[in-house]
Amino acid sequence: MTGLMDPLPKMTPSPSTAADSTQRRLLMALAAPVGAITFSFIAATIMLFIAGSNPFEAYGDMLGHASKLETQVSMINRATPLYISGVAAAIGFKMNLFNIGVEGQYRMAAIFAAYVGGAVALPGVFHIGLIIVVAMLVGAAWAGLAGVLYTHRGINEVIATIMLNGVALGVIAWLVRSWQAEGNIAQVGVGTERIESSGIIPNLSWIPETLFRDLTGTGELTGVLIIAIAVGVIYHVLLNRTIFGFELRASGLNPRAARAGGVPPRRMALTAMLLSGGIGGLVGIAEIMDKGRYNPNFVGGLGFNGIGIALLGRNHPAGIAVGALLWAFLEASSDILQNQGTAPKEIIDIMRGVILLTVVIGYEVVSRIRKRDEAARAAARLTESTS
Amino acid sequence: MALAIELKGITKRFPGVVANDDVNLAVETGEIHAVCGENGAGKSTLMKILYGMQGPDEGTMHVDGKTMTFTSPADAIAAGIGMVHQHFMLAGNLSVLENVILGSEPTRSGVIDQTTARAHLIEVGAAYGLEVDPDEFVENLEVGERQRVEIIKVLYRGAKILILDEPTAVLVPHEVDELFRNMRELKADGATILFIDHKLEEVLEIADTITVLRHGQTVATVKPAEVTTGDLAELMVGSQLPTSQTSKSTVTNDVALRVENLTVLDDDNRPVVDSVNLQIHRGEIVGIAGVEGNGQTELVEAIIGTARASIGSITLCGDDITHQSVRHRRSGGIGLVPQDRHEEGLLLEAPLWENAALGHQMKMPFGRGVWFDRPGARDQTEMIRSKFDIRSPDIEVSAQTLSGGNQQKLIIGRELSAEPDVLIAAHPTRGIDVGAQAAVWEHIRTARADGMGTLLISADLDELIGLSDTILVMYKGKLVATVDPASVTPRELGSYMTGAAQ
Amino acid sequence: MKALDRLPTSLRWMALTAIGVLALAVIEIITDSNGLTTGSQAGATLRWAAPIMLAGLGGLFAERAGVVNIGLDGMMILGMWFGAWGTINYGPWAGLAFGILGGALGALVHAIATVSFGVDQIISGVAILIAAPAVTRYLSIEIFADYDGGAITQSPRLESAGKFTFPFFAGGDLFGWKSPDMLGWFNAKDYPIVSDLTEVARGITFNLSMFTVVAYALIPVIAFVLWRTRFGLRVRICGENPAAGESQGINIYAYKYAAVLLSGALAGFGGVFIASPELGGIYQEGSTNSAGFIGLSALIVGNWRPAGVMAGALLFGYPRALGLRDLDGGSTHALLLVAALVLFAVAVGNFRKRNYTDTVLAGAIGGASLLWFLISDTVADWFIGILPFIIVLLVLTFFSQRLRMPATAGQAYRKGET
Repeated sequence: MTGLMDPLPKMTPSPSTAADSTQRRLLMALAAPVGAITFSFIAATIMLFIAGSNPFEAYGDMLGHASKLETQVSMINRATPLYISGVAAAIGFKMNLFNIGVEGQYRMAAIFAAYVGGAVALPGVFHIGLIIVVAMLVGAAWAGLAGVLYTHRGINEVIATIMLNGVALGVIAWLVRSWQAEGNIAQVGVGTERIESSGIIPNLSWIPETLFRDLTGTGELTGVLIIAIAVGVIYHVLLNRTIFGFELRASGLNPRAARAGGVPPRRMALTAMLLSGGIGGLVGIAEIMDKGRYNPNFVGGLGFNGIGIALLGRNHPAGIAVGALLWAFLEASSDILQNQGTAPKEIIDIMRGVILLTVVIGYEVVSRIRKRDEAARAAARLTESTS
Repeated sequence: MALAIELKGITKRFPGVVANDDVNLAVETGEIHAVCGENGAGKSTLMKILYGMQGPDEGTMHVDGKTMTFTSPADAIAAGIGMVHQHFMLAGNLSVLENVILGSEPTRSGVIDQTTARAHLIEVGAAYGLEVDPDEFVENLEVGERQRVEIIKVLYRGAKILILDEPTAVLVPHEVDELFRNMRELKADGATILFIDHKLEEVLEIADTITVLRHGQTVATVKPAEVTTGDLAELMVGSQLPTSQTSKSTVTNDVALRVENLTVLDDDNRPVVDSVNLQIHRGEIVGIAGVEGNGQTELVEAIIGTARASIGSITLCGDDITHQSVRHRRSGGIGLVPQDRHEEGLLLEAPLWENAALGHQMKMPFGRGVWFDRPGARDQTEMIRSKFDIRSPDIEVSAQTLSGGNQQKLIIGRELSAEPDVLIAAHPTRGIDVGAQAAVWEHIRTARADGMGTLLISADLDELIGLSDTILVMYKGKLVATVDPASVTPRELGSYMTGAAQ
Repeated sequence: MKALDRLPTSLRWMALTAIGVLALAVIEIITDSNGLTTGSQAGATLRWAAPIMLAGLGGLFAERAGVVNIGLDGMMILGMWFGAWGTINYGPWAGLAFGILGGALGALVHAIATVSFGVDQIISGVAILIAAPAVTRYLSIEIFADYDGGAITQSPRLESAGKFTFPFFAGGDLFGWKSPDMLGWFNAKDYPIVSDLTEVARGITFNLSMFTVVAYALIPVIAFVLWRTRFGLRVRICGENPAAGESQGINIYAYKYAAVLLSGALAGFGGVFIASPELGGIYQEGSTNSAGFIGLSALIVGNWRPAGVMAGALLFGYPRALGLRDLDGGSTHALLLVAALVLFAVAVGNFRKRNYTDTVLAGAIGGASLLWFLISDTVADWFIGILPFIIVLLVLTFFSQRLRMPATAGQAYRKGET
């Protein structure tokens, strides 16, 4: 039987492949986002031209604005909830689960946290701690509901989370009215009871003020930044240093192999959803701390944008940070463009959508090129050893 | 008589293997011609070439006397050849009629002419004796009926030469009888049928001529009257079997794995594993011989825990693991070398040191409490890499950069290094070069000498006979024979594997 | 119930609807409310259900071809904007055309990303959801703000495309001759139960907008296209087994593109409908109100069939319309009782099939609904708002084995990969 097959000589890897491959991988990894952002800027420039603005003036305004300390503080403030939202989405993505429900989860969490926070008065640390815990529990529960529907009824998690988003919005509309702050029956839009100062996370403005100069204007560097950093660290450690993280990633990379390797698929999916929702619950904390309450005009869209940022950052803790800062930069820029009359601020959202699409298309293209590349090189290796 | 199909000198090479080596095939018009051979003999490649899905490297094809070159299935269809695949290409949520006419719909300005379509379908069905209800949804049909739909699909387009790829693989006995009845009808109406089968008693029953392939070459072309199943088996398997190379017996009296009355049901509630009883002792390698598709995969799944056992029990070193999770069984000491390393064994985009942890992440040296021990994982992977001779620049590269042989060595290395009580090895040396293969065998023998019990599933008789202490033969979900590797004859083994000796 | 199964499908549905209306009439008597089965309620349901239905039909086309389209809401917004702009400048029918084009444009982006580039369909949908409102906001600022009666978030008032009344049933014109109003005559007589039925019937035949007529006429058209034409068959194979289609010579990519574009076009029509005088009368930011997602819900509940989508849309439009017109809250309150009864029926059904967990679950939820009904006097409109989503989840929980999603919806297709 063995006589028919030529014995293959031992294959030795060429010495250059190791360094080569790391360089290549890095290039490939950067190619897509850089390419996408370039493309979006081109598209935005064109749009600005059409709108009758001067694109270069616009970019100049944007960069000039960004170099101000106040803008940078504002950027970090805006990036903070976006980052947390990105990490929440990323946890799901690592397991190939789409938690589109962060949108509803963070708002549910926010109103419960604001209500509980406004109802008690505890010493600082406990008050803050309580608010955070409530937010995480509610977010986790809402996501967990979708998770249970998925693991026990086979309901697609995308559908379940989207539906629960809708339910959340309705429930919150009711809760906002029932939990109306006292003495404000005339003003319907005020929101829940204001949280005592013991429950507000202190701001970090002292850091830039010590390092640079006093901040003008009313923008303070949000203390929730600490939470965001903690979330990022925990995400990284969990994913890369724990057995759970390993099993989570394995389930996402190859569910069948993971299952054969002892990872319980349903328990893992449910845990991932609970975790994702728990982190998602923290997304609204910054706004709560800023306003001191939950009001009907609570910031929206953080969930969807978080999904976009997670994709941009390829679910990597540092990548998501870059994505969040980019998103925040765009948002901060929209204000200056509006004020200077250079361009309408909607161009920013359009850019976000375009960036998102082009980046994911770019990743897809790069991934295909890479696969073809790998296959070609593997075939080359084989043929050179048989010839 | 005229030749419907004549293949002369067909050769097809793939990286590392010659799938078809100077193959000659002559099919007379109006006959039923069977092509037999084991897995890897080259049958599927030959059929793909004939159907235009691939082109030969050398050789010529002639259909009805005319030389032909096919660049796609469309050419083959135009030449009157129709292929019925082993895995049906049907949409369950569509009706039989819709599935059949798709792509050749009779229309009047875009609207499907249901009357014409239906009439033609029924006409074709009647002409060839194939009964189907055009309006039934395919997903409601039995497997045998679905196959009939596939056959009608090709007949509807005017095929006169039919290629059937392992048609009986999915059928129960009475459906096989149905199929053969239909085949005889088709033949009576002038069709030529070429079919692939490895179940010898079926082949002898229905074929007019039989061509046997082995290792990509035509070994023999015979008439059923001239041969017995034993003869055929011998032709398929080869007259020389390798000799058993396992020298000293290390089989102990301790039972490491006991399987009792195990039955696994498929989605249609048919038993794919049927009342299987087996024991693996410490220091023993039990080999399972059998043509793929006879339940080996499901047996492995049931033992490892990814499939549910409907009836029966599985005991590992005294512990009843029948209803335990996969994790429990893994940490309890079952190792797995899966039959498809890409689908089930590796995380291709992850680095080697993470792949080495898969299946073992819950225990040392990879896992400690909740923490994943990265230095420990790296050390262990380095050890595996050198001990099992895995060719890679380092342990940081992703698993997909490794060659197939090295990937397999990684998997073997990781499983054996965990010192399991029982190792389930499914086709452990499939697709790897001879050098790597020998190394893998040596490692398994060493572990065996140290008291590991092994369940070896393989289609490579070299491997089975060379490694096993005892060989069980699996056919249609049942264990039909126990043979001694040292004394079994090719004819005997082949017969059991192909159901000849029933 | 068994007798009903023996009727042909269309008659069966008519019978079920009639039974449903009668049941509602009975509940009206029990709960002493009177908004549940009026003619104007029926007409309002039809109007409110239309955009949901159109979005759902859009989702239907796309998913039947194997492409999930969660960006429907975005495409509706585009359709709404372009429809409004077209109507202001060129009249209502031109507006409809522009709206359809606008929706299709959004769908084109989705098609390119998912079909040609294999980007995950959910992600592409999310991108469109983010970008579409921004695009329309930008366009509004540039264009609508300069119009009389317009602002940065809304357009000036739009004109209607005209009304239509069914001849004979409701006294519509037939080539200039005013036909007898048969249903109206019945209603005037005020017979006890029959009049409820005829009131509803007249509500859906009298003074309908042309858009409504076109929208509902699409149902049989789409059903015909999908099940009786070559185009439709090929679209369906894309969603069920593209490899089989490919092996029979079909250009899968082309049909997926066509289906996704149609999906955007239908969503665009839905958007135009929302802005038309039938509902809002102006383009206004935010007025889609998740109609795209509710449309997806109708698609699921409707088991991916056009008539089912219509039924789902009507089911969701009904409480919506009710809530808006129910000044004392009594009628919407009665819906809780309806819900409780339905859930109890589900529980009983599961009990007989020996699904005990489902029985308990359905019974518990039904009990909660009943409790709520008994405790409260009215039901807030937020509940009406979330009803479609809850219904979808309940249907998916209890009836998932009856539902049949196209087999490959959500999966990317690449030629040659079997």
